[in-house]
Amino acid sequence: MHRQRKSTFAPALALVLITLAWAAPRAAAQGTVKLEINMGQERPRLAVPDFKTSSGDPQTAPLNSVFNQTLWYDLDNAGIFEMVAKSFYPAQQPGQPPELQGKVWGDPPPNAGVVAFGNLGVNSGKVDVQGWLYDVKNPGSPQILGKQYKEDATPDNARMIAHRFADEIISRLGGGIQGIAESQIYFVSTRSGSKEIWRMDYDGANQKQVTRLGSLALSPRISPDGSRLAYSGLTRESWQIMMYSTELGRTVAFPRNGGDNFSPAWSSDGTKIAFSSSMHSGLSEIFIADASGANPRRLSTGRGDVSPVFNPKTNGQIAWVSGRTGLPQIYVMDADGSNVQKMTDQGYAVSPAWSPNGLLLAFSWVRNYGPGVLGGQDIYLMDIASRQIVQLTHDGGRNDFPSWSPDGRHIVFQSNRSGTEQIWSVLADGTKLQQLTREGRNTQPNWSFK
Amino acid sequence: MNYSKRHWSLVLGVLAVLLLVSGCKKKEKPQPPPPPPKPVTATLSANPTSIQAGQSATLTWNTEGATDVALDGNKVDPSGSQTVSPTETTTYHLTAKGAGGTQEATAQVSVAPKPTPTPAPTPAPTPTITDDQLFAQNITDVFFDYDKADLRPDGQQMLARAAQMIKQKGWHVQIEGHADERGSTEYNLALGERRADAARQALIQGGVGADAIKTISYGKEKPQCTESNEECWQKNRRAHFTLLH
Repeated sequence: MHRQRKSTFAPALALVLITLAWAAPRAAAQGTVKLEINMGQERPRLAVPDFKTSSGDPQTAPLNSVFNQTLWYDLDNAGIFEMVAKSFYPAQQPGQPPELQGKVWGDPPPNAGVVAFGNLGVNSGKVDVQGWLYDVKNPGSPQILGKQYKEDATPDNARMIAHRFADEIISRLGGGIQGIAESQIYFVSTRSGSKEIWRMDYDGANQKQVTRLGSLALSPRISPDGSRLAYSGLTRESWQIMMYSTELGRTVAFPRNGGDNFSPAWSSDGTKIAFSSSMHSGLSEIFIADASGANPRRLSTGRGDVSPVFNPKTNGQIAWVSGRTGLPQIYVMDADGSNVQKMTDQGYAVSPAWSPNGLLLAFSWVRNYGPGVLGGQDIYLMDIASRQIVQLTHDGGRNDFPSWSPDGRHIVFQSNRSGTEQIWSVLADGTKLQQLTREGRNTQPNWSFK
Repeated sequence: MNYSKRHWSLVLGVLAVLLLVSGCKKKEKPQPPPPPPKPVTATLSANPTSIQAGQSATLTWNTEGATDVALDGNKVDPSGSQTVSPTETTTYHLTAKGAGGTQEATAQVSVAPKPTPTPAPTPAPTPTITDDQLFAQNITDVFFDYDKADLRPDGQQMLARAAQMIKQKGWHVQIEGHADERGSTEYNLALGERRADAARQALIQGGVGADAIKTISYGKEKPQCTESNEECWQKNRRAHFTLLH
């Protein structure tokens, strides 16, 4: 680790889109292909000393602790930095730029390329944070970022400020990748006694119940602008697509159809909803309707068609699941129902999720299904153009319902690997596996569009 | 020992006689012998004697000399009237009992079927069994193989019998499709839909009107058995029937 480094991080990190590095064209069948998130030549070594407290208010220490934990988690979890372990840090904790001894941080043992530091204080009920990002290998012009935040002094706000500062750093050093620290994950939880929709921050903090239907609520899908949450709700007579307004804080009117209606999906421009309905034939088929629910039109004529998802890059294609040839498989069609293509041809393949860049499908697959034998159910990624497939999860249990982060670099999914169904997140290269929920049974995560 | 037993029975006998004598003493005058019982008479009439389904008729009855009068087993006043709305032709029985004997009377109310299709007359169920019980005893779950929605032979037979009864009774039914816990929540809803539809098609083939059948899929959301083994999974791969009211 004694190599000299250039101080130009942004060009080195002009990356971001996940690229698939295939060891050999036919290697997918042998499971030797690796998916890599191309981070450029090397990942910057980032040091993040705890922020210094800058006031004597008794709230300062606990809020600073929340802030420091959140900031570290966000930056580590982004997967684009080599985080310098805190045991290598110099004794002196910088709270302001004059206190930062750049050479000490840039030389071994820390050997950091960039340092994020600052201070946090509480004054008159407000939490005040100053944060900087310094390129310590460029003493002539070290400052990359300098930010100040002021909010009411609550733990939630300390967490939110950390998320915002982390997103600034990730955006600046990641060559423009969108930060996800303020994104949300919607999911189904049993912890109120029946299945209801809940939400949480992307790191699992701040879990709150959203719906109070009292029967069964499934398949949450948040709209691209975050204002409306579509889900499947059980009425006395049937399943219906229901709509919750995050602005009004309640379920609002939405047209009902005959038969059972479930598994809604938004187009990324927010103008269309696709869903599964038995209104036409008594069997589930894919329909597309206006975002208001008006003008439902039938797209597929299969037997047992569910889980539609739009290609968010173009909104011109829909991937979905059909049991038309036996066990469920993943299919893709144009958004007018034409040009149907079967994407998987073995096992039990369900729950497609289309990556934000439109290039990849994540899905859940019992690949080695055989009579009387169920293999593991894992999350896989398919490069749509080449149809090559890589396995993302390997750690046992049943893994289902993948959903992409807004930056297309993380995947959230449900797994029973811990003994009960819980929500987990993982970087799309399989690293940074995190368990996000622990209470009750939690399923069907859906990551917000931003 | 023998002596002692005889002694006690003698004492009890004397006591019994004393009690009888003292009881008799309370009567001021000896009663005259009761008159011979009146003969019991009973009449029952219906007005009108013929109605359409949904309409009602009035039953009127008179009895004499009866102490115990019952209309179809229900105790009623010696004389009275009652409104009835039979759904099919019914014969009402009046039973009058008195000291002079028992007399019965009957009246029939004929019911003409409505213009709308009504079930063919069937042997009336015994009054102790409700339609719900009859339904539950006869319209039982049908079961499916893993990830399949094809009816098995036993399921087909049950549904053929079920179709006859549903048709005869004019029932409306809901079919619930269920799946076991394996596989995906959303796909299992579609699978449950197919199972409910397979049962629905069989009932329609058996002559039940499509309007009389509703379906819903519960996927794997409402299992009747919650263990993770094949025995339990099999119990959950089913179509279940409920009687709609």
